[in-house]
Amino acid sequence: MSDARGLASWLTTTDHKRIGLLYFWTALAFFLIGGIEALFIRAQLAQPNGRLVSAETYNQLFTMHGTTMIFLALMPLGASFFNYMVPLQIGARDVAFPRLNAFSYWVFLFGGLFLNASWFVGPLFHAGILNVAPNGGWFGYANLTERQYSPGPNIDFWVLGLQILGISSLAAGFNFIVTILNMRAPGMKMMRLPVFTWMTLVTQFLIITAFPVITVGLAFLIFDRFFGTHFYVREAGATPILWQHLFWLFGHPEVYILILPAMGVVSDVLPTFSRKPLFGYPVVVYSGVLIGLMSWGVWSHHMFAVGLGPIADSVFAATTMLIAVPTGVKIFNWIATLWGGDIRGTTALHFAVGFIAMFIIGGLSGVTHASPPTDLQQTDSYYVVAHIHYVFFGGTIFGLFAGIYYWWPKMTGRLLDETLGKTHFWLQFIGMNLAFFPMHLIGLLGMPRRVYTYAPELGVGSLNLVSTLGAFLIALSILIFLVNLWRTRTRGRPAPNDPWGGATLEWSIPSPPPVYNFSVIPTITSRLPRWTTERHGPMRDPPATPPEPIHVPGGSWWPLIAAFGLPVLALAPLTHTLWVAFAGAALLLLGVYRWAFEPFEV
Amino acid sequence: MTHASATQHHTSMGLDNRKMAFWAFIGSECLLFGSLISTYLVYKGRSVVGPYPNQILNIPFTSVSTFDLLMSSLMMVLALAAVQRGDMKWGKIWLFSTALLGLVFLGGQVIEFSEFVNKGLTISTNLFGCTFFVLTGTHGAHVTVGVLWLLTLWVRALQGKLGPANAMTVEITGLYWHFVDVVWIVIFTVVYLIQ
Ligand code: HEM
Ligand SMILES: [Cu+2]
Repeated sequence: MSDARGLASWLTTTDHKRIGLLYFWTALAFFLIGGIEALFIRAQLAQPNGRLVSAETYNQLFTMHGTTMIFLALMPLGASFFNYMVPLQIGARDVAFPRLNAFSYWVFLFGGLFLNASWFVGPLFHAGILNVAPNGGWFGYANLTERQYSPGPNIDFWVLGLQILGISSLAAGFNFIVTILNMRAPGMKMMRLPVFTWMTLVTQFLIITAFPVITVGLAFLIFDRFFGTHFYVREAGATPILWQHLFWLFGHPEVYILILPAMGVVSDVLPTFSRKPLFGYPVVVYSGVLIGLMSWGVWSHHMFAVGLGPIADSVFAATTMLIAVPTGVKIFNWIATLWGGDIRGTTALHFAVGFIAMFIIGGLSGVTHASPPTDLQQTDSYYVVAHIHYVFFGGTIFGLFAGIYYWWPKMTGRLLDETLGKTHFWLQFIGMNLAFFPMHLIGLLGMPRRVYTYAPELGVGSLNLVSTLGAFLIALSILIFLVNLWRTRTRGRPAPNDPWGGATLEWSIPSPPPVYNFSVIPTITSRLPRWTTERHGPMRDPPATPPEPIHVPGGSWWPLIAAFGLPVLALAPLTHTLWVAFAGAALLLLGVYRWAFEPFEV
Repeated sequence: MTHASATQHHTSMGLDNRKMAFWAFIGSECLLFGSLISTYLVYKGRSVVGPYPNQILNIPFTSVSTFDLLMSSLMMVLALAAVQRGDMKWGKIWLFSTALLGLVFLGGQVIEFSEFVNKGLTISTNLFGCTFFVLTGTHGAHVTVGVLWLLTLWVRALQGKLGPANAMTVEITGLYWHFVDVVWIVIFTVVYLIQ
């Protein structure tokens, strides 16, 4: 990494590795905030008639929990690995557009701060603290979110915040598509890309196609709330179902945006620790592409309760069941990779295997609500919450933790402690099953989701208590993880170039890598360049010092300044002041123009 | 727009990085306009109060605007060709005319919008107003960005900072401009012609 020190060097950085670290720490902070919100939710639900928080606060808690975890924790944690690892895995010195990359990060940061500011700024809106945070659920169903039913600024923070975050994801999407397609080292054919990079590519295509749809849905809501349009107003002849279509057209690809990177991590971790190439690499890649394509054709399974009619319901039931097929194929490939391998039970492998197990359960519950008649029993109940968490927590988070334990030494030059790591794994594994398995039963017994409490007669008190205990066990495991991270600063074992015997390019260079990544751009002759294959010996790692001087792009302030224009713009409707809008637009324009014309050579 | 050398980097697919990014961007924009146009179609005929489209849309007037925008695409082609062959005199002229025709289109939109408002159709009158103004307004915003962009290039050319080495920049501007033009053809057909 760059040796430049000081705050300015980070504010202006365009080094993909530094931006990756910024993403990592920011996403981790939001993950902790989202986690604390979850603990409040679980404490409230620990027993019937809970009185820890009011119904109004509860709405804000579950809305911000979902929104934070999806947009501010899991997506950016994935982005942290896209940033840090993709250029290393393809043998590049940086991404295609380093300043656009910095811009994406700053927009994400400002969007996250904007959303979370809503917790504290109540007094500015003549309300108390903890009063104006978004409260309409992460899916923000119209027309509940219309001004008529949600008059406060709560939903304003949500629509405007998500609009900002969308820009960050879109910008990163274009950047990584070009990076992966165009910046590969010589010989790195598409079918030699590490699976993590492949899944990143599919994810970016989903991002650039799905986010415009939610952008439009949100824009309609913004117009309805601020400019008196009627996009979701029934009295004017409109239908609130439009929102559901737009939201889930985005929303279902979005859940794959969250799972595909984790699948990619697992597909890289398993071979390394089984000392075996991934079983059926092309099938895994094509299944990933197929999942990406099919994820566009299933959105209405979130709307079975709407009553779209028997034809629509049947079609979407069928497509939903079908999408489980490529997913199942991948699972068999992963298991076959482990089969007969020379297995080393590192923490990373624990998480990867945990991912497979938990994701199977989540996938199965998904298939149970692929069928409209059964879904009608499950929808809007805790059963769906169980499904979500087996796929997001058991899937995405386990996968990302596998990535953290695997790549942390590359990113920081220090190994995480394995004993603490395994303690973390087991507590988290037990905790998550205690927390989320009972939710299947709680849901089937009739407890609706998104409701702040329940009556003792429902008979789900003890199951809820178990679930809450599980949640606190997860919290404990995360605490251990944090201790582990902290310890590495001083007591972590220094990592060599390749602590695991990995096959892919990132392990051929120092940990952490020098600012230019590769002293000499490698030429790739096989899918597993650092392993011996039938036809090739292992590649020679690049020399420790570059034989000729390497140009490294400098930093720039303009991405940060342009990005700052966006939250300022978003403040204009919130505060009903026109000059704020002009100030925001001016910042954005200034940033973009100076950015376009400053001398900057990649 | 920075350095000529940026265009000469070797790339795996042989396509300039910025151009590829732009194609991806255009793909993304297709979904944006696709969602807007679909909404327009879904809500067609669902307004509960007037004015209705057939009472207010002025097809001859908009046909002229459409023709104007089409011509601007032609100017854009000529601008790119001029810059590519290093003829900056004509390059400047064509760049400016493209921007000018873009401005004329925007002027037409301003006239059209104010006329509609005078006739009682605002963004909040009925569903037709909502969908019409947001769809065509989004398109107008894209044209505005394009005009600013073209004028920027024109000023750079006047300053002597835009030459054949920046042909890729002009080409990408053209991609954007033609895309915005094509979107208008779709909007014109869907909103004005098929009522
Ligand atoms: C085997 C594949 C899957 C199938 C068949 C499936 C099916 C479904 C269905 C039918 C629903 C709607 C339930 C309802 O609201 O009544 C649902 C909800 C959901 N699924 Fe899946 N799913 C699958 C995989 C996934 C994955 C991989 C993820 C994310 C990583 C995911 C995340 C979600 C989320 C977040 C919701 C709830 C959305 C909400 O209402 O807030 N699912 N799933
Ligand atoms: Cu779905």
